[in-house]
Amino acid sequence: MAVPSASPQVPDLREPPGWRRTKNQLMTILMWAAFVITLVPLVLVLYTVIQKGSAAISWQFLTSHTIPPNVMPLSFPGGMGPAVLGTLEITGFAALIAIPLGILGAVYINEYGGKSVLANFTSFMADVMTGVPSIVMGLFIYTIWVLHFGYSGLAGSFALACLMLPIIIKSTQEMLKLVPDSLRQGSYALGATKSRVTLTVVLPAAVSGIVSGALLAVARAAGETAPILFTIFTVEATNTNLFSGANTTLSAQIFVNATSSYTGAEQRAWGAALTLIAIAFLLMIIARTVTARFTRYTR
Amino acid sequence: MEQPENEVIPQLHVRETAQDAVPERPARASVFDVEKVSVYYGDFRAVTDVSLRIHEHEITAFIGPSGCGKTTVLRTLNRMNDLIPGARMEGDIRYRGAGLYDAAVSPTAVRRRIGMVFQKANPFPKSIYDNVAYGPRINGIRGKGQLDEIVERSLRQAALWDEVKDRLGKSGLGLSGGQAQRLCIARTLAVEPDVVLMDEPCSALDPIATGRIEDLMQEIKSKYTIVIVTHNMQQATRVSDRTAFFSVLRNEKPGASDTRTGILVEYDRTASIFESPRDERTQAYVTGRIG
Repeated sequence: MAVPSASPQVPDLREPPGWRRTKNQLMTILMWAAFVITLVPLVLVLYTVIQKGSAAISWQFLTSHTIPPNVMPLSFPGGMGPAVLGTLEITGFAALIAIPLGILGAVYINEYGGKSVLANFTSFMADVMTGVPSIVMGLFIYTIWVLHFGYSGLAGSFALACLMLPIIIKSTQEMLKLVPDSLRQGSYALGATKSRVTLTVVLPAAVSGIVSGALLAVARAAGETAPILFTIFTVEATNTNLFSGANTTLSAQIFVNATSSYTGAEQRAWGAALTLIAIAFLLMIIARTVTARFTRYTR
Repeated sequence: MEQPENEVIPQLHVRETAQDAVPERPARASVFDVEKVSVYYGDFRAVTDVSLRIHEHEITAFIGPSGCGKTTVLRTLNRMNDLIPGARMEGDIRYRGAGLYDAAVSPTAVRRRIGMVFQKANPFPKSIYDNVAYGPRINGIRGKGQLDEIVERSLRQAALWDEVKDRLGKSGLGLSGGQAQRLCIARTLAVEPDVVLMDEPCSALDPIATGRIEDLMQEIKSKYTIVIVTHNMQQATRVSDRTAFFSVLRNEKPGASDTRTGILVEYDRTASIFESPRDERTQAYVTGRIG
């Protein structure tokens, strides 16, 4: 206690110098350093892909019906049209399988299963499946499907769906857990049945997170190469039929062209990489716009 | 589980279970007849042998210290305890003569008649309009005109209409605490329930918002029967016609698995509970000596 002095002193409200202040400053610097370091690879990847890939991009590159042989220079007519179409078809159909299944699975685990053995088992298996390497998924579909029915885009979709399913289940489950129980109770107290509560309160409250999780899964699947090589083979011509015949995707073309030693092929691989990133980016924007409609009341 | 019931359950001072003894007002129809209800959560007996009768168009307050089971008893009245895993009830509750826990009874149908307002306002992340229209919609009302009419009537009943009529399309989460709680009341009234259960509806509100909700309760009690759990004894004296005082009974017997349980100590007209309680525990609680 200071002895009260005749002239009242203005209190010093600054943080006193010492270890506390130094630690605070140190931590702030550390945070910024971590932020910058995280940003470096991100920016570098984007920069390199845009720099090397933009030369290849043209309307013809995106829409042509044949991929030129890899010995040909970039100026040779043709482009990645078949791969763009294949990526959209195969990933799209995989999403069509995996998103509803994954969301329904998570709804079962979180809303209906409770502490039952089946719910716990499903949740545990989803955890395990997230850790399964994608090449194993490809091998799995190769054994149970391709060996009997041959290469097709459909087989690729199955492999990608297997990859996406656990990711969607886990992310949806996390989002459903975040929905406060008070909302469910409020709905029950109005005489809603369980399915009503789930459909009209729980899912709408979690929709933006569910969509984000599903999108991450789609974006990841679109970039997968290993399971694709096992299941669709790769061709150079457009195959519009998802259900039969070998197909191709951007990821497969990146692999095939980038491992070749010809300059034209390498440039096409960079072009394909840029296209793949652009597709993922577009997807994110579309999904954000759509979910903004559903989430306008959540804040 | 072995319960030494006869040794630990004292004689309860419940004056009005069979007939209304107060002459100045005629007996009202009974809405709930609660007979020797005990509720367990797993092995834990939360409340023991509660019996009381709740009368039509009255406000009944449940008061008592924390952990005495008043909320638990409230939640048995519309079967909300069914949602808690491991919760189990013994005894009998009759709602207007019908067994609330009969095998054929649907909890959903029960809750449509017996609505509930929670301690913490829980508006849905939807527009104000959709919050109020939620109940009618799940009951199959689709017509825009009809819904508009219900939404306006419910919001007016909840004394919220003037504050929100220009922003019905805005999110229900954007309201202040008191407004959000009134929105939840409007949402409950929109399904035209018979009974409204309120679980400490004002505990998070300032005195002005609390006053508005208390006024609102007085206005709607001619149409509804209200049961309110409250920690606030002044609130009980202000709004309620009857008061049930619950307390915690500690089981001091060595080796007993559960050491405490909630009991109903005294149930009477509010004036009697606060001015001339029969039980000394009630006396101690309402005069502020304990609790």
